[in-house]
Amino acid sequence: MTDVDTSPSTTPAAIDAVPLRHPWRWVAAVVIVILLALFLYGGATNEAYRWNVFREYVFNERVLKVGIVNTLQLTIYSIVLAILLGVLLAVMRLSPNPVFKSVSWVYLWIFRGTPVYVQLVFWGLIPIIYSNIQLGVPFGPSFFQLNIQALSIPFLLAIIGLALNESAYMAEIIRAGISSVPEGQLEASTALGMSWGMAMRRTVLPQAMRVIIPPTGNEVISMLKTTSLVTGVPFALDLYGITSREIAAREFAPVPLLMVAAFWYLVVTSILMVGQYYLERYFSRGASRKLTTKQLEALAKAQMVGEAHP
Amino acid sequence: MTPMVKAEQVCKSFGALHVLKGITLEVGKGEVLVMVGPSGSGKSTFLRCINHLEQVNAGRLHVDGDLIGYRDKGTKLHEMSPRDAAKQRRDIGMVFQHFNLFPHRTALENIIEAPIHVKGVKKAEAVARGKDLLKQVGMSEKADAYPAQLSGGQQQRVAIARALAMNPKLMLFDEPTSALDPELVGEVLGVMKKLAAEGMTMVVVTHEMGFAREVANQLVFMDAGVVVESGPPREVLANPKHERTKAFLSKVL
Repeated sequence: MTDVDTSPSTTPAAIDAVPLRHPWRWVAAVVIVILLALFLYGGATNEAYRWNVFREYVFNERVLKVGIVNTLQLTIYSIVLAILLGVLLAVMRLSPNPVFKSVSWVYLWIFRGTPVYVQLVFWGLIPIIYSNIQLGVPFGPSFFQLNIQALSIPFLLAIIGLALNESAYMAEIIRAGISSVPEGQLEASTALGMSWGMAMRRTVLPQAMRVIIPPTGNEVISMLKTTSLVTGVPFALDLYGITSREIAAREFAPVPLLMVAAFWYLVVTSILMVGQYYLERYFSRGASRKLTTKQLEALAKAQMVGEAHP
Repeated sequence: MTPMVKAEQVCKSFGALHVLKGITLEVGKGEVLVMVGPSGSGKSTFLRCINHLEQVNAGRLHVDGDLIGYRDKGTKLHEMSPRDAAKQRRDIGMVFQHFNLFPHRTALENIIEAPIHVKGVKKAEAVARGKDLLKQVGMSEKADAYPAQLSGGQQQRVAIARALAMNPKLMLFDEPTSALDPELVGEVLGVMKKLAAEGMTMVVVTHEMGFAREVANQLVFMDAGVVVESGPPREVLANPKHERTKAFLSKVL
């Protein structure tokens, strides 16, 4: 029988080894810094960039007040509409009703299967295809009539075009999120007397959000950039339209105004990325065993009290 | 007195697969029924039929006199609407093998969820009752912990408290200790014993024969979708009459 040594042995000295060297990291860093410096120097000195025009227009009132405002409005309205429609399509796709299921499938097939630019041009042509909208009994009297051709609605058509296309992608993201929640969750909710709708709202969707949020963040950012295609409707008052079509054509300066557009797209995207980070953190609560700061503090306090009164 | 659970020739099949082939049994008010049997014998399916998570195909299943899952309109049975089925389930608590706590809610939030949103209890009232229930299952200190931060035994005790928060007249336990480490089984069985002693009517599917012997009024041995043998647990466990029961018990005891 061996005795287990329970006496506190002397702690061994911490290892003081020579760290491994990484010479190739240094070589790679030097090469890349040199290339970057050359590129920046080239960019700053190349006349074609015309940085004075960039400086002149980057805070231009028309760019800020019309371009950015319209681009943001297009993005927000389209993505909100797309998410609502996406939830509906996802729920239809998961429902046991075969009619809903196939309608959702066909919708996804068409809207994911054709390019968004083609769809936007099509929506732009809607007033020509359906110049009149009538509400009434077929072949009978009409109660309501709307002449779309007389309306000027490119902004609305752009939103519809962007939202319908995006909703097909959102539907798939939301469906994946709902499917990722274990079946036992719906079952436990049902056993507690919740209806299917309440279980979806209170139990399944909040958990699905953890899976839905990251790709949705990407879709919002992607939507912001896709708004530059509304020129196909044609709608020309977005950030890209204002800079690269309107001002660039007037000033004969396509390159600096493209840079203005790129600059503002990058700024807005960066802001959206910060928002995405906080949203992800909020919806991941309870997902990890890691204790929150508040819980850690409480534990530390309890430990201290325990030590003070052994 | 109407029995709490009354099953007459209950059958359930999934397509061509017949899982329950005519289960007949009764559980009186305040009684504890323990169901044992090999896996696939239909114990869990029967339990799920009792609160209509599965729909019975043939036979009749009553809880406290109410027909489960159907409306009896004299000549024919009509399928129950989801809303009415949900109403029936409110009075029946269920505890699952894998706990199924809501991972995005703390222990206390798990417990007050259904009382507030299903029954419309005021929040302050639900919280007070929730804290009381946590105390009963010995989990007062973990009220603000998320399920992922709790051990299996602790999660199951919270799950029991969650089911009790709806003030059920009947509690169903579907292998409540099967997913637990052996040393954690005792704490969950302890809570269940206390519950039985307080007069709760319980139907328990379990492999814990010690619990069955000590707590159950009635033990049912199921195999291949039928009740092979039933009776007072001490008798069935000590002198099984059926060959199938003997073979099974010799393996688990």
